[in-house]
Amino acid sequence: MTQSPSSRWTSLLTSLRAKPWLWQGAIVIFLLLLPLPLGNYYRTVLWRTGLYVMLGLSLNLIVGYAGLFQLGHAAFFAIGAYTAAILNLRLGMPLLYTFPLAIGMAALLAYLITRPILHLRGDYLAIVTIAFGEVVRLSLVNNLLGITGGANGLSGIARPVLFGLTLRQPIHHYYLLLGFLVLTVIAMQRLEQSRLGRAWMYIREDEVAAEAMGLDTARLKLLAFVLGSGWAGLAGALYAGQLTVISPDMAKFMESVVMFCIVVLGGAGSIPGVVVGALGMVTLPELFRPLKDWRDAWMGLAMVLMMIARPEGLWPSRRIQMELREEEEA
Amino acid sequence: MQFLQQIINGMTIGSFYALVALGYTMVYGVLKMINFAHGDLFMWGAFLAFTGLHVAGSLTGQAQPWLLGPVFIAVTLVVAGIGVLVERVAYRPLRSAGRLAPIISALGVAFILESLARNIYGPRWLSMPQGFVPSGVLMTYQDVRLSALQLAVLLIAFVLMAGLYVFVQRTRTGVAMRAVALDPLTARLMGIDVDRIIATVFLIGPGLGGAAGMTVGLYYGSFDFTLGWTFGLKAFIAAILGGIGNIPGAMVGGMLLGLIETLASGYLSPQWKDVIAYVILILILMFRPTGLLGERIAEKV
Repeated sequence: MTQSPSSRWTSLLTSLRAKPWLWQGAIVIFLLLLPLPLGNYYRTVLWRTGLYVMLGLSLNLIVGYAGLFQLGHAAFFAIGAYTAAILNLRLGMPLLYTFPLAIGMAALLAYLITRPILHLRGDYLAIVTIAFGEVVRLSLVNNLLGITGGANGLSGIARPVLFGLTLRQPIHHYYLLLGFLVLTVIAMQRLEQSRLGRAWMYIREDEVAAEAMGLDTARLKLLAFVLGSGWAGLAGALYAGQLTVISPDMAKFMESVVMFCIVVLGGAGSIPGVVVGALGMVTLPELFRPLKDWRDAWMGLAMVLMMIARPEGLWPSRRIQMELREEEEA
Repeated sequence: MQFLQQIINGMTIGSFYALVALGYTMVYGVLKMINFAHGDLFMWGAFLAFTGLHVAGSLTGQAQPWLLGPVFIAVTLVVAGIGVLVERVAYRPLRSAGRLAPIISALGVAFILESLARNIYGPRWLSMPQGFVPSGVLMTYQDVRLSALQLAVLLIAFVLMAGLYVFVQRTRTGVAMRAVALDPLTARLMGIDVDRIIATVFLIGPGLGGAAGMTVGLYYGSFDFTLGWTFGLKAFIAAILGGIGNIPGAMVGGMLLGLIETLASGYLSPQWKDVIAYVILILILMFRPTGLLGERIAEKV
């Protein structure tokens, strides 16, 4: 007897689910080959998409897993970039060596900034993070300590050198980013299933109950902020290496909104969701550049319609979907 | 006397903040949601006033101050209408969808409104048509000056806010509004049409915002499509400062923020005045999260 096509598909999907390394490996190989037939413009588009996937994943730790409304994430992206750039320009440090310090600086500032406001919830937290983001941006514009270059930002950042190869071409940066991105995704998957990840999701679902079960919610929330912001700092350093020019516009509220939407549109707490979100918020508008005057209007319309049709996001995490379904059945 | 002048200027700016903050605070009061699109509704007040004054000027052949009245009313009504429409289309379907979905939807509406303004009016700064606002100085005391426009702004803001306060405290609809803010479910059980009350809130809030948009446009003389974000965020800070959800709080918060900002800009540093405003917001939320006039509300379990 011949199997019907649909059941053949199902069995194929089941076997793939049993061997995740198979399709994950296939994705990595696909991503390695993807830029080869493309021109420099599209390679840069790919790079930008990857960068925002990374930023989305870092914010996903905070918004998706721990359920904290962070609407000033771009500030840490900028802090990472500025740390890398200043170390490179002032001390002549090779850019790749500045990465750990960029991460550390973003994480440290996140620690100092979020520690006093952890007791705030929901919308109040969102507002304070917006305010912090603006304070960071305006401090950069006003040339804080005289080293941020004011409204024009910093330029002339040295290209990163990896094993003697100066990374100049878009494709070099694409592969550098892809390397970090693969590490990020692996780390996120591990985190999601770890004790820590499950604790965050507990806080997201019911903070009071989580606290009653003996979780140190303040410390866990702080950890989500510090880890997520540090990761954004890494993305910022990568950005500085590719563009060699940075400006305070990196910390614009609009940037934070885009990152927030990437996480929520795809489905908060879901790694594939972040990829879908980045494709929708960054890649699509980039490909429709000729229509760029109306880009924001379409994006806004898509956001409204999406939320009405599918408030859980395009590719929600299975855990959240299961929760929603159970509620419907109950 | 420099100080007195700063106070007058600060109160003028403060009354703008207060009018816009009322829109945020009323919506938050009934829906527990930050209406991120409110700043852009306010901005549309300025743009519509620009169009309205041009049309009125060309219809009557000459710019006359009395035309400000009908244009003001028309702008207020149109922005109020847009507000009701936005609620109906983008927020009402999401009322039971958790807290993330309405935020994204509101941001989406903000994108749309801003993009429309930029595409219709262009990305450059617009100047309000001249001749409508009498430019004379009304009163001079030593070197302190109060312009007719400033006095008008203060009066309009005061009348609108007083009217709103009486409306919310004294009328049936106002009582129903407070009931919905307190507990929507019980309010519904008491026979209050919650949807209608929410629609009313979206009529009044954006209406006040539109009125503020027009006066801001006239006061500064020129503006562009980013007005919604910059001013809207400040007004939101004002709402938080006074205690969000609290109507007198928004008025006090707006005035206070206007004064602080003007004084900080005059005596400390104009470059850092926005930073000072944000830092004050952060400090208030750290130490008194419910704002100056807000009540302490225990977290519901």
